[in-house]
Amino acid sequence: MLFHDVLIIGGGLAGLRAAIAAAEKKVDVAIVSKLYPPRSHSGQAQGGINAALANNPKAHDDTPEKHGFDTVKGSDYLADQETSIYLTEQAPEAVFEIEHWGCPFSRTEEGKIAQRPFGGAGYPRTCYGTDKTGHYILQTLFEQTIKHNIKVYNEWEVIGLAKDVDTCCGVIALNMHSGELEAMGANAVVFATGGSGRMYGNTTNAIPSTAFGVAMPYWAGIPLKDVEFIQFHPTSLYPSNILMTEGCRGEGGILVNKEGDRFMKKYVPKAMELGPRDIVARSVQTEILEGRGFDDAYVYLDLRHLGKAKIMERLPGIREITMDFNGIDPIEEPIPIQPGTHYYMGGIDVNIDGASPLKGFYAAGECACVSVHGANRLGGNSLLETVVFGKRAGASAGEYAKDKPKQPKTNALERALKREEENFNQMLKSNGNENPYTINAELRKLMPEKAGLFRDEKLMTEGLEQIRVLKERYKKIRPVVSGSSFNFDKIWVLEIKGNLDVAEALMAGGLARKESRGSHFRTDFPKRDDVNFLKHTLATYTPEGPKLSYSEVQITKYQPVERKY
Amino acid sequence: MTEFRILRYDPDKDTEPHFQTYTFDSPKGMTVLEGLIYIFENIDSTLAFRSMCRAAVCGSCAMHINDIYNLACRTQIDKLGGKVTLKPLAHLPIIKDLVVDLEPFFEQYKKVLPYLIPKGNPPEKEYLQSEKERKKLDPWVDCILCAACYGSCPVEATDPEYLGPAALMKALRFIDDTRDGKSKERLAFVATDFGVFRCHTIFNCQKVCPKELDPTKAIAKLKMKALFG
Repeated sequence: MLFHDVLIIGGGLAGLRAAIAAAEKKVDVAIVSKLYPPRSHSGQAQGGINAALANNPKAHDDTPEKHGFDTVKGSDYLADQETSIYLTEQAPEAVFEIEHWGCPFSRTEEGKIAQRPFGGAGYPRTCYGTDKTGHYILQTLFEQTIKHNIKVYNEWEVIGLAKDVDTCCGVIALNMHSGELEAMGANAVVFATGGSGRMYGNTTNAIPSTAFGVAMPYWAGIPLKDVEFIQFHPTSLYPSNILMTEGCRGEGGILVNKEGDRFMKKYVPKAMELGPRDIVARSVQTEILEGRGFDDAYVYLDLRHLGKAKIMERLPGIREITMDFNGIDPIEEPIPIQPGTHYYMGGIDVNIDGASPLKGFYAAGECACVSVHGANRLGGNSLLETVVFGKRAGASAGEYAKDKPKQPKTNALERALKREEENFNQMLKSNGNENPYTINAELRKLMPEKAGLFRDEKLMTEGLEQIRVLKERYKKIRPVVSGSSFNFDKIWVLEIKGNLDVAEALMAGGLARKESRGSHFRTDFPKRDDVNFLKHTLATYTPEGPKLSYSEVQITKYQPVERKY
Repeated sequence: MTEFRILRYDPDKDTEPHFQTYTFDSPKGMTVLEGLIYIFENIDSTLAFRSMCRAAVCGSCAMHINDIYNLACRTQIDKLGGKVTLKPLAHLPIIKDLVVDLEPFFEQYKKVLPYLIPKGNPPEKEYLQSEKERKKLDPWVDCILCAACYGSCPVEATDPEYLGPAALMKALRFIDDTRDGKSKERLAFVATDFGVFRCHTIFNCQKVCPKELDPTKAIAKLKMKALFG
């Protein structure tokens, strides 16, 4: 039976960084990724990674402390403050480390790492490589895992956890190449499975970014934290919802409605287009809902005034995308944009070490909720989170695994393997005839409507009911196709189940939170309610549906005040 | 209506790849990848193809579309005249349908030691690198490892030990990086019969690169460096 001290699940930024950190603890570590690591969605990040380096002439007085405050304020005071402060204190060292590893950041006149302004930030502190920062960091970390000879199980998709009493002892994975189910024993497992945006139809997220990653620990009894908080990025390209980085606005791009009005002055007159994402997204959506959008669907992101030279130098990737997908050259024409779900603040309940309530089970990156971002994440803090908490979780997992026996818990793993085999057999013999992809499409259609930018009791109650109907229909899907190698039907049908269950938790959490905070905005409870809801939501799986409870927010340095930009 | 003619191969059943045709209604603006997903979700869920970002940045969906390699996610069906023929990347063993074994491609890539090997200890903060020095990396650093160049290079058909356009361009990416300390050794490694001197300057790689990079130029530069210093 396969065994490694530490198994990292996911080969994106957080997974790769965790693997390097675990390897440094001199334990046997391997990455299990459903994609070749350089294909990971981290590579699609564009704008940059935050660190208070004070390299930009306009950021002379920037400090990690100010970055920490911006992060806590940006979170609408739901972030656990010591973790946000830790994130920002570690940021400069984390960024210098990836630069030392060869990351090709853009440079200032002085030859230092270049930084641009981003939303919700008091100073320009978003370190960038043109507008392909995610791609550059991903390539760099992938290169480092090659340098350190870290084993990767490429295109092996983990489909379930293995537990021995109260400890995680490994995973069950489907080897996509052979079609075989494999039990993989470990002393510690680190999940770094990324985002869950594909529960929604209008998402910047890539096709594999379903909620399956967070669903697996959820089904295994680990709570999901802050489930109702999903971020809508204000500017996704219409109609594909491909990301148009916040960097566009950081470089001076403006938002304009059908009447040619630079409408952000009505909502955030001081910060304008560089307000935090939740506020800008709702502003854009309000313009569209009140009839000042084009085709009742989008507004314009205008970069023309930046000029050809600046666009080619700072935003070449954006231009490639708009030309490829819309036939638009942003040098000549404005870009049609609308909000799209982009980042899941909610996720697997872990502490600052990345440790979940289940011994031996850790998580880092977007799939984890520490919480650093609370109710709303600042742009540039996610790339940062992957390397800072990827490192910490990998090191914690490595430290934990170090002295444990180097053998798999065979009985527990064989039980888990049997469980998954039986599940697949059921899927192959199912005698229903519903198309699972139709069910998924209906989920993706209802989520933006019922748990979108503007929520209320009626919408979310309807949403919950509709999800329950879809879950019943899912029980009667047609049989999964047979075929060993690269049977995507097997995988995607499973992932749809993850989407359904996590969407149900999201909807239930949203319904229970009778306030507005960050990305969770309710028209029936438009104010923030610190008396009753300054707390994290915890959703625990039961076969009857999610069970909700709450946990304390760590408030140390900054007393919550009204959030104004 | 659109016709998708796809080269299929099921290792469980087939001895040879064969074409299978699907006909469906493709709305305006549908991409080839969206077409594949439509077929998968509604007509034939046995179809195997790699997909990820759908935004032309990850390299998963490089394949042969009608008469040229491209990323399926950014190819508009409307521009293909109603008939779309899809074949996987060449020079790599077909595992199933449009999914090929990428191991040979990544093995060649790893041979050039594709990671920074700095000169000494790093500075306390960042290495200083001028804007001009950073610009030198622009032509090489956007490679998404999609392997379209590898698939289109005729030399790979007969000489699988040839490092190939992507690996050679990656070598230059590090040679040109002022922070790297192994230019001499890197150059010596690629200035060989299985490296730059196997390139016949055919230009296919430059033609198909979805990021509009120029591996032919990179290889020519390496040849010049190797011969004239």
